[in-house]
Amino acid sequence: MKTRYILFTLALIALLALAACAAPTAAPQPTAAPAQPTAAPAQPTAAPPPAAKVFRVAVVMPSAANDLAFSQSMIDALTKIQAEMGKDKFEFVYSENMFNVTDAATAIRDYATKGYDLVLGHGSQYGASIQDIAPDFPNTAFAWGTAVDTFKEKGVNNVFAYTVASDQGGYVEGVMGVKLSKSKILGALGPIPAGDGQLTIKGFEAGALATDPNAKVQTTFTNSFSDVALMSQAAQTQIASGADVLTGTSQSVVGAVSVAKDKGVLWFGNQSDQASLAPDIVVASQVYDWTVALKWMMEKINGGTRGGEVFIATFANKGLVMVYNPAFKLPDDVKALAEKTIAGLADGSIQTGIK
Amino acid sequence: MSTTRQRFDFGRYNFILVPFIAGGLALLVGAVIIWLLGANPIEAYIGMVQGALGSPNAIADSLVKAGPLLFVGVGICIAYRGGVINIGGEGQIVIGALATTLVVLTLSGLPSLILIPLALAAGFVGGGFWGGIAGFLKARFKVNEVLSTIMLNAIAVQLMTFLLNGALMDPTSLDNSIRIPQTQRFPLWTDLPRLIPTRLHAGILLGVLIAVLAYILLWHTTIGYRIRAVGFNTVASKYAGINVGRYQILAITLSGALAGLGGAVEVMGVNHRLFTDGSATGFTGNAGFNGIVVALFGALHPLGVIPASFLFGALLTGANTLQRTVQVPGAFVTTLDGLVVIFVVASQIWARRRATRHAMPELPPQDKIVPASTT
Amino acid sequence: MLEQLFAPAVIIGILASGIQLATPYLYAAVGEMFSQISGVLNLGVEGVMLMGAFIAYYAVLRTDNLLLGLALAALTGALMGLMTAVISVTLKAEQGISGIGIYLFGLGLSDLLFLVLVGTPKAIVGFPELDLPVLSGLPALGPILFSQNILVYFAFACVPLAWFILNKTTLGLKVRAVGQTPEAADSLGISVARVRYIAVIVAGTMAGIAGASLSIGLLNIFQQNLTSGLGFIAVALVYFGGWRPFRVMLGALLFSMVNALQLWIQTLGIALPSDIAGMLPYILTIIALIFAARQIVTQPTALTKPFERGE
Repeated sequence: MKTRYILFTLALIALLALAACAAPTAAPQPTAAPAQPTAAPAQPTAAPPPAAKVFRVAVVMPSAANDLAFSQSMIDALTKIQAEMGKDKFEFVYSENMFNVTDAATAIRDYATKGYDLVLGHGSQYGASIQDIAPDFPNTAFAWGTAVDTFKEKGVNNVFAYTVASDQGGYVEGVMGVKLSKSKILGALGPIPAGDGQLTIKGFEAGALATDPNAKVQTTFTNSFSDVALMSQAAQTQIASGADVLTGTSQSVVGAVSVAKDKGVLWFGNQSDQASLAPDIVVASQVYDWTVALKWMMEKINGGTRGGEVFIATFANKGLVMVYNPAFKLPDDVKALAEKTIAGLADGSIQTGIK
Repeated sequence: MSTTRQRFDFGRYNFILVPFIAGGLALLVGAVIIWLLGANPIEAYIGMVQGALGSPNAIADSLVKAGPLLFVGVGICIAYRGGVINIGGEGQIVIGALATTLVVLTLSGLPSLILIPLALAAGFVGGGFWGGIAGFLKARFKVNEVLSTIMLNAIAVQLMTFLLNGALMDPTSLDNSIRIPQTQRFPLWTDLPRLIPTRLHAGILLGVLIAVLAYILLWHTTIGYRIRAVGFNTVASKYAGINVGRYQILAITLSGALAGLGGAVEVMGVNHRLFTDGSATGFTGNAGFNGIVVALFGALHPLGVIPASFLFGALLTGANTLQRTVQVPGAFVTTLDGLVVIFVVASQIWARRRATRHAMPELPPQDKIVPASTT
Repeated sequence: MLEQLFAPAVIIGILASGIQLATPYLYAAVGEMFSQISGVLNLGVEGVMLMGAFIAYYAVLRTDNLLLGLALAALTGALMGLMTAVISVTLKAEQGISGIGIYLFGLGLSDLLFLVLVGTPKAIVGFPELDLPVLSGLPALGPILFSQNILVYFAFACVPLAWFILNKTTLGLKVRAVGQTPEAADSLGISVARVRYIAVIVAGTMAGIAGASLSIGLLNIFQQNLTSGLGFIAVALVYFGGWRPFRVMLGALLFSMVNALQLWIQTLGIALPSDIAGMLPYILTIIALIFAARQIVTQPTALTKPFERGE
């Protein structure tokens, strides 16, 4: 009987509403009271209250924490800071696989409610959510990246943005790549022509051509961050068309590294240190060292600034580092050239020309 | 309408009871996995309930999550009744959201009273168009809809990436070296009204309304009657003079249109901008697939989909908090989602056994089709 | 610019890539075909592939024993096939939906196991390339087409084998019978349930091997969501092939080669946005089917319909 059906639905909604009314004590009303997040209770799983103030960070990220790429670069940084400062001074929690932005927004709000000092949305797709949520928690600092918009001109004062000049790393890789290449054909692989991946590839091309104008850089995008099989075929295609030095971004490049290893073609890693995948052929990796950005933000927050500023990781501020693979015998002259290029990019005497 | 009366006889509680028991068993298996992962299952599930229903924000999040599931689920009911398998929900949501985005960004000067309905309509039409392609290919060229919808899902995502990377990209992002594949934020006056000061927006009410309308369409109009007749027995319908192809196209078009509307509501109510991570799930959160499951939960009846989508929205929202409360890996959520689907779908046999002929066979006996089609 | 695409090196490259990319599709689609012909739509292929891929990878990572990895992947696939059969045949569940459940379950569990047991992606040594005697010596084509890992050859060998089983053996006859007219098959004393169990378990096993062909054959790595939609394409290819092994193979090759072609288009620097190039395989598959479907292809009449005895 359909009336009963509707009754059932209504009952369910009533139940939900009841639960809603019964519960408000459990969670702060963000719009009503602007002041309380700092007084939020300690994390349920946490040990006895520490003497010194603990800096607590929460991260929401799109892929798995162990992706050996973008998400892992942030986890590595947080782990490193925790090791430096000690677990009683620095805590962090994370939500991984938050590829769905609606879910991510829920997580971001939840972390803010729980009173974390800094809530990070580690993905450029989270910007709109943070822009919505941040004004409700004026005492919490938010950050998102890779991005350059802090929403300051829209009246939001507690959002940092961080990004990376990955064109610089790509540039140095291009310089080294063209020196090491015999065919003078280089291949660059990416998921979609956007974001830091696209910036790396443009830098790679600029670096290669600045070093040898006759070199050729071939670019392939697979249109997927996760399609490992297609990425490996993209690498095959690059190699078949003459490339003997490859680079690439996104978590799907593990497939390309494996092809490069089989074919004995050189690889330049990005985002995280990828030498462990193929110690024989990975020359170096451009690593996003977010510890610098995080420390910068912590300093600002401790000084009372909760947002409105942008951090750009570069060679100059060491937010971007070139990690050479110790197992790979990089000729001294190439390494010297790379170091010289890094120094030049750091002091501004070399420009990648990417804008 | 005596058949309608019998069909939803809730005196036979198995219909509801069985999915709940099955869901409980799935959670039990999930508990074992949580335990193996070194966390406390009881603590985890308490956290899950709190995360889904424990505060106004949590309930709002659950309802927001239910939104797209409701739209897709109702659409799936229509497709299913018409005998069409629509696994193209992901693509239809994406195209719907794209159409809405195009309208909002090009006509942003219009007042919200005109712009919001127009933008929602665009989502409806966009999704319907994408579903209609599959219907047309099936009716005209006998291209199976399972194949075409899978392919159309992939094409939709590529199309979105293409547009967000160029024509629709946020102008301020175009000036930056890091090009973020997303549009600018929509003008504030295109935000769907909020119901209470949380994320809960009016889209969910629209969803409930749509479900009621779909019910009326299917059971109280000739068109709906024919859709169901075609789905129940293609051959008999053909003999009865019903244009089978036309009604199949209609069923999948409507199904796609509702998924598209779901996409429109999601982009205008929740995200206020369209973005891509090179996959559909970043935007849809698998709603195109989970909507099918929700439709089944709701016994493939539009009104049943309403509570089913709320339940499923709460389940997914709650499961997502597990990462934050007991720190189990994010992959557990997907695993649990799968377990619930498997258990519930496998338990249907017991739900049907008692409530046979009331739950599933919706359609009149074949001999009744002939007189009906003469109208 | 376009004439570059017709250079012999490019054509050979497309063939070679196409053959490699087609391998996982072939295993999964040929298996799925058995299941569908018997009347069971198994949309969960993707989930089974992911589990097979992980198990094979993990076994090889721990033991370096490739055959063990392959066998365990097949076993995992068979078990998940059994699970599918219980759900779809015995419990007569809605097949399209149970498949989605199995997909999500496999996607989540493989990722979870990977995280807990392995951590970050680590490279393994997979099946080596194997030169086929004589054929690999052929000029130009030989070294590229006939120097693949052994799983690639097996994938193509499965096609005639499947054709033979379906058309020339009693088992094949039974599989077709229970998918076409289960009532008639039942009245002839064939156990519809048993035959469907066999077909669905075969499909699971093949999907498990399909996953292994990726993780320990072509890619030698595991990563979250490694298959990334391949399993769904495999299901689509069964429809494309009209439930006939050789046509399924043609579909797999067409899809893979167009995918290889779009990679070449980009690599050669032909001005076509990568997103548009990326649509090509999907669009062309639909178009190809529009022409192919003109010849009447009927799907197994009992597909997705559980068998109710004596109704």
